[in-house]
Amino acid sequence: MHTTRETTSTTRPTGTLAEKPFLSIDHVDKTFRRGATTTEVLRDVSLTINRGEFVSITGHSGCGKSTLLNLIAGLTTVTRGAVLLENREVNAPGPDRAVVFQNHSLLPWLTVYDNVRLAVDKVFGSTKSRTERHEWTMARLDLVQMAHARDKRPNEISGGMKQRVGLARALAMEPKVLLMDEPFGALDALTRAHLQDSVMQIHARLGNTVIMITHDVDEAVLLSDRIVMMTNGPSARIGDVLDVALPRPRQRLEMASNSEYLRCREAVLRFLYERHRFVEAAA
Amino acid sequence: MPVALLRPDSTAPLEAVKSKPPDVIQLARKEPNRLRRLLRRMGDTAAVVVPPLVVVAVMMLVWEFACASPKSSLPGPTRIWAEASDLILQPFFVAGPQDIGLGWRVATSLQRVAIGFGIAAIVGVLLGVLVGQSIWAMRGLDPVFQVLRTVPPLAWLPISLAAFRDSAPSAIFVIFITAIWPIIINTAVGIRNIPQDYRNVAEVLRLNPLEYFWRIMVPSAAPYIFTGLRIGIGLSWLAIVAAEMLTGGVGIGFFIWDAWNSSKLPDIVVALVYIGVVGFILDRLVAYVGNIATRGTAAS
Repeated sequence: MHTTRETTSTTRPTGTLAEKPFLSIDHVDKTFRRGATTTEVLRDVSLTINRGEFVSITGHSGCGKSTLLNLIAGLTTVTRGAVLLENREVNAPGPDRAVVFQNHSLLPWLTVYDNVRLAVDKVFGSTKSRTERHEWTMARLDLVQMAHARDKRPNEISGGMKQRVGLARALAMEPKVLLMDEPFGALDALTRAHLQDSVMQIHARLGNTVIMITHDVDEAVLLSDRIVMMTNGPSARIGDVLDVALPRPRQRLEMASNSEYLRCREAVLRFLYERHRFVEAAA
Repeated sequence: MPVALLRPDSTAPLEAVKSKPPDVIQLARKEPNRLRRLLRRMGDTAAVVVPPLVVVAVMMLVWEFACASPKSSLPGPTRIWAEASDLILQPFFVAGPQDIGLGWRVATSLQRVAIGFGIAAIVGVLLGVLVGQSIWAMRGLDPVFQVLRTVPPLAWLPISLAAFRDSAPSAIFVIFITAIWPIIINTAVGIRNIPQDYRNVAEVLRLNPLEYFWRIMVPSAAPYIFTGLRIGIGLSWLAIVAAEMLTGGVGIGFFIWDAWNSSKLPDIVVALVYIGVVGFILDRLVAYVGNIATRGTAAS
C-alpha cells in the first residue's frame, strides 16, 4: 500500500485514488446545544471520498445524515474534528459544494432560466462574458432536459421538473462536490426513476464527485460506488461502508437479475432492518 | 363540444362528418352562444354593481326622511345638492387663491400624503429589515415601536410643530409617523418568515448583503411589505385631516376645518365623500401594485 502510494505520487502528480483524499471527513463530532440541553448527533465520523466517486449515505430517520451533509456543505459547523476538501478546511458554504435540496428550493419569483442564471452570474460573473454565461446556463438546462421550460416559473412546473432545475442550478456552479439531500424523496416512483437515469448519465458525462442522501435502497445501489450506512442516532456513527462493484454504465432492467446488485441490496437491507433496526423510543 | 367537429375549417375533421353540409347547424348555434355569453357577463357585472347601489339608495332615502324637518341640525341629501352641487359637479374650478374645486384640494393633500408616505415606506422597510434580521434590534426596538404606534396622529402635531417651527413639514411628519408603524412591523414579520431554504441558497451562492437584500429578502418578504404599505396608505390618508387642520393651505383636510368654522355643513358632507372615495382608490392602487409586484412570490 505504501509503495503504491509512493509510485503514483511520483509518476502521476494528479493521481486519482490513493495519493491524497479529495474530500475527507476527519473524526467529526457534532453536538447541538439548545438552552440547557445538548444533543450529540454525530460521534467520531470519519470518511474519505475520492474524486469522481458517487457515494450514498443511508440510515434511518434522525440518524444525522442531513447534518453530515450540511457539515460538508458548510451550512453548519463541526463541534470537533474537521471536513477537508482538497486539504483545505471547510467552514463556510460555497459554490464549490453545491447542494440539491430535498424540496428543490427554487426561488419562486424567478423563472427557471433566472434561477440557474443567478448561480451562473454569481460564480462566473468575473470569468465569463455575458454571452458565455447565457450559453452556459442554457447548456446546463439542456443537460437536465429543461431548456424548453426556461421562461416558466417554479410553480408552473411539476415536482420532477423543479428537481431537474435544482440539479441544473447546482451543476451550473461547476462544483467540486455535488451534494444531494434526498433529492428524489418527494417524487413518485416513475419520475424518480427518470431522474435517477438522468443523474447517472450526467455523472457519466461530467465525472463529478457526488454525495447523496437517500432512504431508497434500490436508488443507493443503482447509483453509488459506495454506500455509507449510519447507525441510529443520537450519537450516530458510520456503521458500515459497502462497495458496489457494478460496472458502469448500469442499466436499470439488467440490475433486477444481477447477482452483485442483489448482494448489495441485501447487505443494505440487512444493515437497516436486522443489525440497526429503527427503534422509535431509542432516546 | 360536438359543434366544433362540424365546422369546415376544423383542424382535424372526420371524413364522414366533413362530407355532410354543416353550415346550418353552425350558424344556428353560434349566435345564441355569443348572446348568452354577453348576457351572462352583464349578469355578473350587475351582481357586483347593483347591491351597493341599492344600499346607497336606501341610505339616502332614510337620511332624507331623518333630516326632513326644517329644525334638523344636519342637512339631508336634497339640501346638500341645493347648496353644494357646484362642489360635486365641478371638482376642478379655480375662482381665486382660496376658492378652488375639491379636486384641486384633494390633489394638494395627495401631494402631502405622497411625500409623507413615501418617506415612511422607505424608512419603514429599512427599519423593518433591521428588526426582522437582527434579534438584538428586535429586542431593543420592538417594545418602543409597540408603544409609539398607539399614539394617535393628532397627538404628534404639537410636538412636530414645536420641532419644525413650520406647518408644512409638520403635516408631512404627522403623515409619516402615522403610516410608518404597520410598514415596519409587517416588513419585520416578512423578513423573519423568509424560509431557511432561501437563506441556504443564498449562503451556498455566497450572495453579498446587497445581493441578498435585492434578490432574496425583498421578493420573499414582498407580500408582507405590501400588506404593511396598504395599511400605511390608509392610515396616512386618515391622518390628513388632523395634519391639515392647523397647517392651513388648500388641502381637503383644511377645507373641512374651514367649512366647519363658517358653518357650511353641506360642504363638509361632500368633502367626506371625496375623502372616502380617494382613500378607497388609494387602497386599491397599492393592492394592485402589490399584486403585480408579488406575482409568483406565493409559495409554489
